[in-house]
Amino acid sequence: MKVLVPVKRVPDTAGEKSFDPNDRTVDRESVESVLCPVNEFAIEEAVRLKENHGAEVTVLLVGPESAQPVVRKALSYGLDAGLQITDDAIAGSDALGTARVIAKALEGQEFDVVLFGNQSTDARTCLVPAAVAELLGLPSLTYARHLEVGEGKVTVHREHEEGWDVVESTLPAVVSVVEAINEPRYPSFKGIMAAKSKPLEVSSLADLGVEPDQVGLANAAASVHEVRDRPPKEAGTIVEDDGSGSAAAQLADWMVEKKFV
Amino acid sequence: MAEVLVLIDHADGEPRKLSLQLLTAAKQLAEDSGDTVAAVWLGPGASDAAERLGSFGADKLYHWDSDDAYGYVTLPQVEALEAALEASGADTLFFASSNHVKDVAARLAIRVGAGVITDVTGLAPGDDGRLVATKEVFGGEKITESSVAADAKQFIGIASNAFAAEEDGSGAPETVALDVELSEAATAATVVSVEKVASADRPDIGEAAIVVAGGRGLGDESKFGLMEQLADVLGAGVGASRAATDAGWYPHRYQIGQTGRTISPMLYIGAGISGAIQHRAGMQTSQHIVAINKDPEAPIFQIADFGVVGDLNQVVPKLTEELTSRKG
Ligand SMILES: Cc1cc2nc3c(=O)[nH]c(=O)nc-3n(C[C@H](O)[C@H](O)[C@H](O)COP(=O)(O)OP(=O)(O)OC[C@H]3O[C@@H](n4cnc5c(N)ncnc54)[C@H](O)[C@@H]3O)c2cc1C
Ligand SMILES: Nc1ncnc2c1ncn2[C@@H]1O[C@H](COP(=O)(O)O)[C@@H](O)[C@H]1O
Repeated sequence: MKVLVPVKRVPDTAGEKSFDPNDRTVDRESVESVLCPVNEFAIEEAVRLKENHGAEVTVLLVGPESAQPVVRKALSYGLDAGLQITDDAIAGSDALGTARVIAKALEGQEFDVVLFGNQSTDARTCLVPAAVAELLGLPSLTYARHLEVGEGKVTVHREHEEGWDVVESTLPAVVSVVEAINEPRYPSFKGIMAAKSKPLEVSSLADLGVEPDQVGLANAAASVHEVRDRPPKEAGTIVEDDGSGSAAAQLADWMVEKKFV
Repeated sequence: MAEVLVLIDHADGEPRKLSLQLLTAAKQLAEDSGDTVAAVWLGPGASDAAERLGSFGADKLYHWDSDDAYGYVTLPQVEALEAALEASGADTLFFASSNHVKDVAARLAIRVGAGVITDVTGLAPGDDGRLVATKEVFGGEKITESSVAADAKQFIGIASNAFAAEEDGSGAPETVALDVELSEAATAATVVSVEKVASADRPDIGEAAIVVAGGRGLGDESKFGLMEQLADVLGAGVGASRAATDAGWYPHRYQIGQTGRTISPMLYIGAGISGAIQHRAGMQTSQHIVAINKDPEAPIFQIADFGVVGDLNQVVPKLTEELTSRKG
């Protein structure tokens, strides 16, 4: 069995935590970048497929050269090989542009299952997995909270607002996973050391046969033309309870005044 | 005069609240540009819902009554919506920016060469005839305006509670049955069963006007009972922080935050939640925020409109009691 895990490099959300909410000059360059935490659940699932089905797992990252540590990090969980697509022309792609590059890279690979995160912690569009599936003409079994791969067949529990759908599909298939699917383990020391020498191939758009006019900022179908700060929030009313729950009456008054009751 | 399409997300034969908000938003924009609004209903139930869709703004209703719409994963909906797009010639599609619907939009966008903007909270007509879509990014820290290129269809995914649903009193829309022939690929992934485990009498946190959320400060699973009692006086949904879902006190689908759901209700009430950045990323766009926490330094107070520094074990039951008596 062959498994592909597309992973993304994102700014560390916790890194922003130290920023003063009153001081709105967020210096993005200084924010540490990490492997998208949602991808850790996909990686854990891939590791289990290795353990239970002897799967061979390749990590795929679309991003600049400086993102290479993120591929190594993904490999440190015990995965087999890395593939990174790096090209200046990719910068500023929208989700569908990124999906085009990922799909092209996958076309050159053999695989049974592609394991995405359901979303990335920065863009959070959730569009990439389904778009890649469409480009490859494959089923998109997204939001998986449970995954079972059998002979030529995959079963997924797709989480939704009311519970989940049990779905079955032929292979190959595109799957995206939610946090509830597992508890990722940490990479072992041995894994971290081994990751340094795992094969890692870097390809350009030309290598993949992608025309530069399919991707990048200038060719994004959806583009951002203004970014502004959220207006600062006015300080709220804070009351201290005396230990009897009496502050609840003040809160209830406020809720009545605001017409929530 | 052109048509704009609105994909109706529905459950148990009823359009979801967000779908009615979509219709009203589309109707208001269409009135300014002289366009008309066509709703699209996939799966059985269209004729029963038609009147209601009309009263919220649909001039026309494209429908495909087949059980196949939800009998296979996503693709039947994509293909039926594609048929609606063809029949209508629409350049603009509005859809609910919720998880499973985003998949439909993403796949169809690839097919027809559309640009997609998700999680939109505001819309205005741009100078070039394209829509300018406002959305909040980086967990609500920044606000962006974006639009879709002139040569692509615009697929706009709208966030919950960003627009009010308003009945305009119009009657039932003209209905048009779609002729859909599914491709072989569309039936490759089958829905074997649907497991509904959510409480039917509590609204989904994504669309509830009020959400009550509990965190690690609850101390144990049983304390979610306090939150549910509070929720039920308010007709609210119940959510949780990751600390609470990780501990197994509440199911993951109720997790609010960066790796859970993003909600923007009229009112969020958090108890025993510190307000970590990853949690705020999922709720900071709520219109009003109430925090109940015994630690006056908890970061959630920085974004609270009303904060109670106190023990939730005292404050929450008392609040439920106060609200009950005020309602009575
Ligand atoms: C990659 C990643 C993704 C994450 N995604 C999410 C996410 O989607 N959603 C999310 O919520 N978190 C997420 N987190 C976790 C987040 O960082 C916090 O750990 C989490 O939100 C904390 O939950 P909490 O506020 O319930 O618990 P804590 O931070 O432990 O806070 C508990 C609070 O309860 C208060 N308290 C205790 N007892 C009482 C009492 N009796 N009465 C009143 N107050 C009391 C305490 O003062 C404290 O402020 C993520 C973390 C990472 C690393
Ligand atoms: N640049 C990228 N390279 C590889 N995988 C990506 C990239 N961007 C997104 N993905 C994958 O797509 C998933 C969903 O991301 P998104 O659609 O941005 O919310 C992520 O969890 C990743 O698995």
